[in-house]
Amino acid sequence: MGQVFSFTNIFGKLWGIDKEIRILILGLDGAGKTTILYRLQMGEVVTTKPTIGFNVETLKYKNLTLNIWDLGGQTSIRPYWRCYYSNTAAVIFVVDSTDKDRIDIASKELHTMLKEEELLDSALLVFANKQDQPGAMTAAAVSQALNLTDLKDRSWSIVASSAIKGEGLTEGLDWLMDVIKDEQL
Amino acid sequence: MAVFQECLQQFNKSPIDAKKCRSLLAKLLRLIYSGEVFPAQESTTLFFSISKLFQDKNQSLRQLVYLTIKELAATSDDILMVTSSIMKDIQGGDSVYKPNAIRTLSKVLDSTTVNAAERLFKNAIVDKNPILSSAALISSYNLLPIAKDVVKRFTNETLETLQSYKQFPSSQFELHEYYGNSTSNLPATSFMYQYHALGLLYHLRNYDKMALVKLITSLSEGSSLKNSLSIIQLIRYINKILVDDESLIQHLYPILAGLLKHKSDMVELEACKTLINLQHLIKDDQFMNIITTLQKLLSVPRTATRFAAIRLINKISFKHPEKIIIVNIELEGLINDPNRAISTLAITTLLKTMGAGTIDTGSTGGESVDRLITKMTSLMDEITEDFKIVIIEAIENLALKFPSKHKKLVAFLTDLLREDGSLLLKTSIVDALFDLIKFLPDASAKQLILMNLCEFIEDCEFTELSVRILHLLGDEGPHTTNPSYYIRHIYNRLVLENSIVRSSAIISLAKFASVCGGDVASNVKILLGRCLNDVDDEVRDRAALSLKFISSNQKKLIVSDSKYDLAALESKLTHYLNNEANFATKFDISEVPIITNEELKSLEYNKKVNKLDEGSTDASESASKDEGKKDTEKAGSDDVANDLLKQQEYAQELSAYPEFEAYGKLSKSTMVPVYLTEKENEFVVTVVKHFFIESKKLVLQYNITNTLPRSVLQDISVIAQPDNEDYVEDFIIPLSELKPDQTGTVYVSFSTPSIEDEELLAAFGNTVAYTNKDIIDEEGNVDERDEGYTDEYQVDDLEIVSGDFVTPLYNSNFTAIYDALPSYQSSVAHISGADTLENAVTKLKSTLNLLPLDGSDYVPSDSTSHILKLLGKDVWGGKVAVMIRLANSSGKIVAKIEAKAETENFSAIITSGAY
Ligand SMILES: Nc1nc2c(ncn2[C@@H]2O[C@H](COP(=O)(O)OP(=O)(O)O)[C@@H](O)[C@H]2O)c(=O)[nH]1
Ligand SMILES: [Mg+2]
Repeated sequence: MGQVFSFTNIFGKLWGIDKEIRILILGLDGAGKTTILYRLQMGEVVTTKPTIGFNVETLKYKNLTLNIWDLGGQTSIRPYWRCYYSNTAAVIFVVDSTDKDRIDIASKELHTMLKEEELLDSALLVFANKQDQPGAMTAAAVSQALNLTDLKDRSWSIVASSAIKGEGLTEGLDWLMDVIKDEQL
Repeated sequence: MAVFQECLQQFNKSPIDAKKCRSLLAKLLRLIYSGEVFPAQESTTLFFSISKLFQDKNQSLRQLVYLTIKELAATSDDILMVTSSIMKDIQGGDSVYKPNAIRTLSKVLDSTTVNAAERLFKNAIVDKNPILSSAALISSYNLLPIAKDVVKRFTNETLETLQSYKQFPSSQFELHEYYGNSTSNLPATSFMYQYHALGLLYHLRNYDKMALVKLITSLSEGSSLKNSLSIIQLIRYINKILVDDESLIQHLYPILAGLLKHKSDMVELEACKTLINLQHLIKDDQFMNIITTLQKLLSVPRTATRFAAIRLINKISFKHPEKIIIVNIELEGLINDPNRAISTLAITTLLKTMGAGTIDTGSTGGESVDRLITKMTSLMDEITEDFKIVIIEAIENLALKFPSKHKKLVAFLTDLLREDGSLLLKTSIVDALFDLIKFLPDASAKQLILMNLCEFIEDCEFTELSVRILHLLGDEGPHTTNPSYYIRHIYNRLVLENSIVRSSAIISLAKFASVCGGDVASNVKILLGRCLNDVDDEVRDRAALSLKFISSNQKKLIVSDSKYDLAALESKLTHYLNNEANFATKFDISEVPIITNEELKSLEYNKKVNKLDEGSTDASESASKDEGKKDTEKAGSDDVANDLLKQQEYAQELSAYPEFEAYGKLSKSTMVPVYLTEKENEFVVTVVKHFFIESKKLVLQYNITNTLPRSVLQDISVIAQPDNEDYVEDFIIPLSELKPDQTGTVYVSFSTPSIEDEELLAAFGNTVAYTNKDIIDEEGNVDERDEGYTDEYQVDDLEIVSGDFVTPLYNSNFTAIYDALPSYQSSVAHISGADTLENAVTKLKSTLNLLPLDGSDYVPSDSTSHILKLLGKDVWGGKVAVMIRLANSSGKIVAKIEAKAETENFSAIITSGAY
């Protein structure tokens, strides 16, 4: 019995079957987290309301099962992010590139979060979202504002995206999958 | 706590094992349902781990997640974290758990998040799935306390649902193997959502009576309500409205009457119950429709229905036994009902209707009493003691209310006494017999009972009962025609019983000696002499003492015809003991009022009768029925025994004023304060009348409450203007100040005419005079320089009536007293403000303040004439007997009042003031 068990286990690990990858989508309220989640899951833009709590969806992406948690970004909800950190393979941090006023707050939240012990091994993907809007900061500008280059010992990447148009999302996710596969094997 | 740990472990796993988690949640719920409460921190930890289960889409798991969160919501913090996930399930989730989701949502929402769910609730309420709709309605109801204004916006959706037709989704049951093929037999809908919608609507419209009446009318038209519970609820709302506003009966009666015939017996019962509570508003033929429905329900197979029906019939029997005589046949059938509760109610009800029937129908009624007693006798062997006691009480009531029927009933009781039974049972029989001895007018009945009790103590295993009976024999036996019969039985006790019984027997015998004297006394002395050698101290002491009293002719020490008023004695003693300074003088027992045996009997009779009547106005009475009225009525009856105590208190209060010192003994105070204003006026004024008959003084005690929130009243006095110039004002004791919500007293003293004078009665016009000053700060102060303004305020008139001069008195032989009294007066009058004989009796009883005797305050509702017999004692010490013949001539009540009194002139005062 035990033999069969361990065999399927290894098999699953090798091929990414039966293993769920836990991903958190975080960021300030209104950044486009919920829009991104459902764009990924259903391939369409849904109308959203501010998320009181979280949304969780499971989706298959390139043979992998992703378990994606979209947590609300309002000030009142942010303290509870940490309740959902454990076992997280990756964090997708979404930034509203047009919201220059709050980019500093976003940066602070990001760095506080990354200090958490439970997230030390998680990969980080930043979406510089809402690129379709005029006056949006470039990915480079966002990266600068978030001090991403300061990050040590972590796989990270920043991708310019537009959830509405569906641009940049798969690109970002592909990078993330590669990183995770590398780490798991 | 193992469960707690395991939950955290499993729920935080990724991926999760749905089956395992589900069974863990079931364990957790079991703990919670059996009373386990998690402290806030643990509960919150659990809550967050459970929230992670939302990643799994398994329906069965999700259902349990909802059940658990609903329970943990009360003890956890930060429950708002699941709000979005729940709302998403309600919008797009599986219909199996949608109802769970919405119920849980209502526990998770708070006033900051409820707005986000408004649309969701509206949609769920009008959803075509009745289960979801019900869940949404109930959840809205639960949200009322935190978000009434939001829920108010659901009114249209709720109305729509109330009148809609929703079917169970066909897939609902197929999901469970359990239902399998039986799916086809399941009902398409239960209309339960109508009940829930109605309940919610009621709360949304509660404060608007007319809107509610409109809703009720529209719902009852075209029978749009299909759900029985919703119809029952509708009936209850109708009842509430009618209790509040009786004038709507014309409008609402047809709806209730229509529901007396319905396919659901629950509905019929509810309609009957409501109409019975409102019986004073409906006509006799309308009442018959209720009886017809109940009659039908008495013979349905369902036990609960029969029980409910007979309970209602039993309730009617308290006040109107004659109205249910037509169901006697059914009731007799129910005596053998397999359900004992039903058979007992059948008997107690029959006992009531029997009484009513036999009053008019004479011999035929007699036969039915025989038949009933035969039936009961055979039933007695089969029923438990509890029921026996109920029946014993019912029999006693019957014998008391209808003394002419006592023979058979007494025989039934004494037969029962001879059979085996516990102390409790025997005590209840003995209690009943004691009451009958006290209150039955017939001397032969008394004798019969006494002789039976003698027989009982010959073979009585209960010391307690023997002692009580011996005491009674001592009190009653000497006044019978055959005292020696009792002496024999009592003497047997001296020979055969234990020392406690022997001691009682001694005292009992002593009473015979003292009352009868002559041969009896010398015989008793011989018997007592033999007891001087008894082995027991107490017995010897009592014998010696009794012999001493008898030979020295100290009758008063053996039999007393009065006793101290214990309540007053207690209060006097407490007062005395509370201050050591009092110990300088001896406690003055003469200040404690003495109650004669006759007065004591009146008190007991009153208590007894009130207790009997209470049964008819008991529990099922609509809850809020005119609270105020009930209070005063209750106070009226409960206080009978406390009246003397109250009087004592008044006397004490008055004695604090030197002005009243010379007035002497307070003869009588009116007990229930009379309101001279509405209870919610700016001032509330009540008045109590104190009569000092010997010194010919009347003191009016005005109690004034200042209900103005922003005013201080000063220099308050009352101008009382009599319409009888023989009343002369002596002085006023004014009140210096009343702050808001304070109550104070103004006394006005008058010299009064006496009973010998031409006119004793009077009416007073009353005006309150005062200075008003406005409050200027939060501490309730007034401006020192403010002169205020003076004002006067007229309140209602106060009447001095004949009832002020009497107290109710009991006697079992009204006719003898009435015949013997000298001064006679009669008059004929309309009783204003009474449209039925029953109302007239109630009114006369209270204005005259006399005790109705021979059950004459009970008016069979089908009679058109009635005789009321009233007895009392006046403040001059004489008896007053009044006989009133009442006739109902087309809605007007005419009374011929004949009053006889010992005190000269008083009968005229009664007849002139009786209407
Ligand atoms: N123009 C534009 N609007 C976006 C984009 N992504 C999201 N939004 C809008 O931003 C608002 C907030 O999005 P939402 O997903 O609810 O943000 P969240 O609070 O981070 O979940 C919504 O009105 C979205 O339609 C984007 O890429 N471009
Ligand atoms: Mg969101």
